[in-house]
Amino acid sequence: MNKEYYGKLIYELSRAGRRGASLPDNGTPDATASIPAGLLRTEAPRLPEVDEPTVVRHYTNMSANNFGVDTGFYPLGSCTMKYNPKINEEIAAHHAFADLHPMQPASTVQGALEAYWTLQNALAEIGGMSEFTLNPFAGAHGELTGLMVIRAYHQARGDHRRTKVIVPDSAHGTNPASAAVAGLKVVEVKSLPDGTVDIEALRPLLDDTVAAMMMTNPNTAGIFEHGVKEICDMVHAAGGLMYYDGANLNPMLGMARPGDMGFDVMHINLHKTFSTPHGGGGPGSGPVGVRKGLEQFLPDPRVRREADGSFTVTRDNGDALGSISATLGNYGVQLRALAYIMSLGRDGLKMAGPLATLNANYIKESLRDLYLLPLDRVCKHEFVFDGLRDKSTGVTTLDVAKRLLDFGFHAPTIYFPLLFHESLMIEPTETESPETLDAFIDTMRAIAREAAENPEVVKSAPHTTPISRPDDTAAALNPVVTYDDLIAAQA
Amino acid sequence: MSKTYYSRTHEYVTVDGNIGYVGISDYAQKALGNVVYVDMPEQGDDVTAGEEFGAVESVKAASDLIAPVSGAVVESNELLIDNPRLINQDAMANWIIKVELSDPAELDELMDEEAYNAFCATEGAH
Amino acid sequence: MIHHYFPHTADDIQRMLGRCGMKELDELYADVPADLRLKGDYDLPAGRSEKEIRDFFNDLGSRNRQLTCFAGAGFYHHYTPSVIPYILSRSEFLTAYTPYQPEISQGTLQYIFEYQSMMSRLTGMEVSNASMYDGATATAEAMMMAVSASRKRDRVLIASTVNPSVRRVVATYARYHGVRLDEIAEADGVSQRDDLEAKLAEGDVAGVIVAAPNYYGILEDYAGWADACHRAKALFIVNCIPADLALMKTPGEWGADIACGDAQSLGMPLHYGGPYLGFLCASKSLIRKMPGRMVGATTDADGHRTFVLTLQAREQHIRRDKATSNICSNQGLMALHTVVYLSLLGSDGLREAAMQGLNGAHYLASRLEATGMMRMSFPGKPFINEFAMDTDFEVDDLERLCIENEILCGVKIAPKRILIAVTEMQTREDMDRLVETVKKLKS
Repeated sequence: MNKEYYGKLIYELSRAGRRGASLPDNGTPDATASIPAGLLRTEAPRLPEVDEPTVVRHYTNMSANNFGVDTGFYPLGSCTMKYNPKINEEIAAHHAFADLHPMQPASTVQGALEAYWTLQNALAEIGGMSEFTLNPFAGAHGELTGLMVIRAYHQARGDHRRTKVIVPDSAHGTNPASAAVAGLKVVEVKSLPDGTVDIEALRPLLDDTVAAMMMTNPNTAGIFEHGVKEICDMVHAAGGLMYYDGANLNPMLGMARPGDMGFDVMHINLHKTFSTPHGGGGPGSGPVGVRKGLEQFLPDPRVRREADGSFTVTRDNGDALGSISATLGNYGVQLRALAYIMSLGRDGLKMAGPLATLNANYIKESLRDLYLLPLDRVCKHEFVFDGLRDKSTGVTTLDVAKRLLDFGFHAPTIYFPLLFHESLMIEPTETESPETLDAFIDTMRAIAREAAENPEVVKSAPHTTPISRPDDTAAALNPVVTYDDLIAAQA
Repeated sequence: MSKTYYSRTHEYVTVDGNIGYVGISDYAQKALGNVVYVDMPEQGDDVTAGEEFGAVESVKAASDLIAPVSGAVVESNELLIDNPRLINQDAMANWIIKVELSDPAELDELMDEEAYNAFCATEGAH
Repeated sequence: MIHHYFPHTADDIQRMLGRCGMKELDELYADVPADLRLKGDYDLPAGRSEKEIRDFFNDLGSRNRQLTCFAGAGFYHHYTPSVIPYILSRSEFLTAYTPYQPEISQGTLQYIFEYQSMMSRLTGMEVSNASMYDGATATAEAMMMAVSASRKRDRVLIASTVNPSVRRVVATYARYHGVRLDEIAEADGVSQRDDLEAKLAEGDVAGVIVAAPNYYGILEDYAGWADACHRAKALFIVNCIPADLALMKTPGEWGADIACGDAQSLGMPLHYGGPYLGFLCASKSLIRKMPGRMVGATTDADGHRTFVLTLQAREQHIRRDKATSNICSNQGLMALHTVVYLSLLGSDGLREAAMQGLNGAHYLASRLEATGMMRMSFPGKPFINEFAMDTDFEVDDLERLCIENEILCGVKIAPKRILIAVTEMQTREDMDRLVETVKKLKS
């Protein structure tokens, strides 16, 4: 593609007097004079002026510089980049759902509420929980909501001293950040060399200030926390609650339920486990579930089924933690997840977890002779290499990741978890075929060979992508974050 | 006659009379990489030994600044606003804040250069 | 075949298990203690064919009513040009994740840069982040940002004329985050400057949040408010409705430090509450206090203009509990919606859409007043496309009658007070139909 011609910003395509949309005219009289001049904007917003074909071509060309799950293999660890079914998109876009106003009376949205209620219940069954709210907008938002549930629970019991949240050192960065936003103090607990929580290190942390412990299971190294039951018992004995970070729920589908492990509160990322598209960073959805006895603390608004079978929305539930959203959440995302669950059904869901786990172990076993496997055991849906086995080449995890891009694969998650220096975290998901995995494995092996024989080609990768490696330091040193900044920088 | 003391969190304070020049050590700037931003208190703010008073950011890391001593900030190094990389060029010369020490006895809790170098050697070992 | 989303055949599974030195899938879970394993099946229906799924949702959809929508209260029915769903469904955009690998994510990174550029100009602010979840959470983040920027203050004032669904969320975040939230009193539908000054004088205020237009649709006059806040070293935060920014004075022009709100009004389908997009714009001096993702321009190794995620040291994956926020994602695809919408409409189109609402709302308000059964709740107060009216009748009665006539008449905010909004989506005939329905209540 001609980068110079097609690689412009939309502003650079703007010509005064062009327009890309037509609007109806309701023919009512001009009322501008009713607004005092001092309340009107004095300068136009200087938006681009472009015709419709130019807009379409501009964004179509931009999409060609992007890589999605539909483009190729996307083994981004902890992100569960599985196939996003197309029927889900059709359903979410259906005007019978898309044209509903969030404040519409319940009597006119019975179908929409039934979908919400059906998904709530399906997630409760899958999580082994009593009730779910679908309102949280994303995984991190779900964590925050779940921690608020936990604080509301302790406060309702008059237990105001509980402000400590225990988080393993392998946790996602959102865990400690969510705790801080919820006004809780974070204490880290170390992992053992096998990647699981060090129960002996946990013991002394369990006093009467513990509000909760957050766990991801399997953890970010893809290892099932086999001591989870004992940990739950210990935290419960100390009066704390157990929070399940559902980012890694996918391999548990059909195999085990967080509620049965002893967790009290959990969130699920619908954009991971339940196949809704990641959309370049969102919208996601992070429903939160609670065990029996905690339902009253879930946020407003809530959907209820009345005795006559009709559905209502309630906004002022006395014990609720408050509201974390103005509406019932990212409803369009919820519809997609429900369609996915219905398509798979109980039999299909039961196979998703094991096949995701099979794919991960298959890659791990096929590359362990060339890549360093710090935790040598059966993994679940993902696993971590600590870079190349041969450290003498100077080729880093970043280099391997960049070189993968040349071969049409998205890079794995890199430099996370923080347990290892050269983490390369691979999650294939269940929707990848053995042929794709073999092609990825062959490429990873070829890169390892290159690292030994011709390290420069790896260190300077990528070579075939729309751009080469960007200068991150310059970007952070002098932030140019708008077109106006760009004009100023060029002047 | 000035003397330099170091904390376990890699800040230094070079003391001249009752004034302390606080910055991050050469070891710390190397560990952090290219510094892109320094978040520092304003003149007149108080800092407390052992507590955070700002942060140093590189592209992919950020490190809290922990005050090695307590006192009032008499000056913050405004050169670092436009040119944070001065810290990479010479961390010892490019202090971050100038503090009027309120409790010089706090210096006894800090390490001298020899002890600090030994401390860094053990840090690097794992 | 197990399911058409899974490629594995029975032979594939056996071969792959063989590589792992196993014979059965169950062995992959040998480390999960037996008492934690799911016994039997989920209590869920069996899988369905695509046709059956479509039938299921068609049936649910048939129990929803799509009505001519005069409801607003923060969410407005605007026209979505057909180009938008077409571009958003391009799977290179739709099925990508956060642009961690800039070399193969320039599409996402560039549209976020364009988004930041457009939102900054629209709000009259210097910088924008890559977007937040929705308007309510963006406002809560603005509150936390003010507290964090002040370093030591923990008190924030919010006008009682801010949409209550936003205030509820802000109050929830405040309660858990340890922010003392106070309200600025209103009289005759507008916030009271005296009350602002009095509460600022009490000290410790990190930020002040107001709405433009406010919950009742009124354009309040914030002349002097920013100065009052700045004298007290508090940040001035304006929650606004972007569709109205084509006409009304911008947060930047009011001297705001932070602008926030929901961009749903930029032609996003109502979708029963989401997905929408929260925006957060600010002065450049606050850039490192902003939550969320941000995209910056730089050059690649060959010197070409390139876009990257930048200022990441603020974020949760690096700062963990010291991060400016716990937000990880943004509303990426809705940011794409926003840039395509604003590109298609341009300054003139956006203004034209806002004018349709302005003219229609004033026409409808006068026709409703002429029935003699409804009065403006706050007569004489300037408004764009939404207004509050007091009624002689129960709003519930009007609502019922309107639904029978395929109309959503507005949002009830008291038993005898209703909020009514007009956009380019309602025709003059629709408005007249609403007026006729009101008249029917007389009999």
